[in-house]
Amino acid sequence: MSVTPDAPAPVVVRGGSVAIGGRPILRGIDLTVEPGEFLALLGANGSGKSTLVRAITGLLPMAAGSVSLFGTAYADFRDWHRIGFVPQRSTASSGVPSTVWEVVASGRITRRRPFLPLSREDRQAIADAIDVVGLGDRASIGISQLSGGQQQRALIARALAGQPDLLVLDEPAAGVDLANQQALADALGVLKARGATIVLVAHELGPMEPLIDRAVVMRDGRVAYSGPALGARDGHDHHHAEGSTHDHVPHVGSPFDGLGGGR
Amino acid sequence: MNDFLSLFSLPFMQRALVAALLTGLAAPAIGTFLVQRRLALLGDGIGHVAVTGVAIGLLTGASPTWTAVVVAVLGAVLIEVIRERGHTNGDVALALLFYGGLAGGVLITGIAGQGAARLQEYLFGSLTSISAGDVWFTFGLTVVLLVTTLGLLPQLFAVASDPEFARVAGLRVRAYNLLIAVLAAVTVTVAMRTVGLLLVSALMVVPVATAQQLARSFRTTLTGAMVVGVLAALGGLLLSAALSFRATVAPGPTIVLLALAMFASTWPIGVWLRRRRRLLSPFPAVESTSHTVTDEHPHEHGQACGHPAVPHEDHVDYVHDGHRHAVHGEHYDEH
Repeated sequence: MSVTPDAPAPVVVRGGSVAIGGRPILRGIDLTVEPGEFLALLGANGSGKSTLVRAITGLLPMAAGSVSLFGTAYADFRDWHRIGFVPQRSTASSGVPSTVWEVVASGRITRRRPFLPLSREDRQAIADAIDVVGLGDRASIGISQLSGGQQQRALIARALAGQPDLLVLDEPAAGVDLANQQALADALGVLKARGATIVLVAHELGPMEPLIDRAVVMRDGRVAYSGPALGARDGHDHHHAEGSTHDHVPHVGSPFDGLGGGR
Repeated sequence: MNDFLSLFSLPFMQRALVAALLTGLAAPAIGTFLVQRRLALLGDGIGHVAVTGVAIGLLTGASPTWTAVVVAVLGAVLIEVIRERGHTNGDVALALLFYGGLAGGVLITGIAGQGAARLQEYLFGSLTSISAGDVWFTFGLTVVLLVTTLGLLPQLFAVASDPEFARVAGLRVRAYNLLIAVLAAVTVTVAMRTVGLLLVSALMVVPVATAQQLARSFRTTLTGAMVVGVLAALGGLLLSAALSFRATVAPGPTIVLLALAMFASTWPIGVWLRRRRRLLSPFPAVESTSHTVTDEHPHEHGQACGHPAVPHEDHVDYVHDGHRHAVHGEHYDEH
């Protein structure tokens, strides 16, 4: 996880455009994330910050433009172990109970070969990831027994288990109380100190604010601001763009919607 | 009793026991992943589709087992595609195939001129009519199934618990989902001769539900489900054989009912264990603001007083009637 000065940028988006259901959501995105940088993606609901993260991680295809990860075009990128992804409000509970350790261990999948058992190195990385997020004493507890904030930390540990160079988090602090946000910020602080590159989608920075190197504010699918994070204490909080939120992809339940009837 | 023991020397009974053992191992192994993905009824959907496969076999004179495998795999892939592509829920996709499969099967069996009795062998299983070839077929499929599910456990677990995370981790999620669907289809056809197509899903789901009552990790659930599956399959077969001296007792339903009985008996234990664990888990350490002393307290708390003693920081709180009482010198504090 060490940073060399001339290492390729972990994320480069050029002229990026993403469409969902034929409707362009993101347009003309140019974004470079430097090695070791802690970048916060901010913006109102529907501004496209989560969409951008999903495009960077390949969950959504680009309609135009290009994404490259660690200097490799997305189509040729195979070093998935270099990326750790924490999805938005993931469904941590599933039909079958699983322990915190099992969920975190599933993050090690990026570095494991099929049909082979966990190596000692794997186990060490998993234990380390659980310790970084401060759940060391809860590893054998069922994940559904944890509070929302602790579940979120377990999901971050899962992303860390693969020892990624780039960590991408989609609203990890949403619906998490202040104490857990602090624990989350502490964990991210440790990673930043180790030289990891972090891209974080957030509504509010809260305790993470001092860690942020650069804030990028999205508005209606475009980058509206890129620069130092402006704290709420500056008196003018630019991160929360004004204006109403709106659907980029209107829901069409039936083709005959709007032909009278109903409203 | 001697009649019962002499059953074991009958070749058909030996074949039936081996087939039951294999089914009891295989069905819960794949069933755990289906339950985890909240697709508990997938096995049922595939089972209904396989009815059409059996009917095609009866119509064309090909082996109904093989036609059932082919049609079940196609059906499983179709369910997966509808689930993934259409914005239909998984359960709607299942329902569509349920009805199509069953209606097609009954219709084609009629056209083939076969009676309901022939179809019934496949619908409710006929362990006693299994040939040596069938046993080898079942054995081969079970080995393939166990090697794949247990060998790819980390991958399948990651895909089933969080598909988006798995995709960014570089796994081919669609391929793994298809693999689970195909393995489920293979299991259905393996279990077809034991418990029958209409009851096959029970052997995939009920052992998992039983194991879940007592397990809290995925791995224990999976192992427990396989143990329960084997016990139910072998026990049900023996029970039906023992009872068959008095009445007509089919093995398939006996196996399923035994599995359900195991679930019914572990359920209260699970409820009790969960309640107990919740009751006795430590109270959080919070800085107290005041020191409240109880009023007159005639009862003396102690290790054997019967009130739950819950750890709280460096002492224990005794819980009763909505109070948390901690010993403090000569009196009790309200915590």
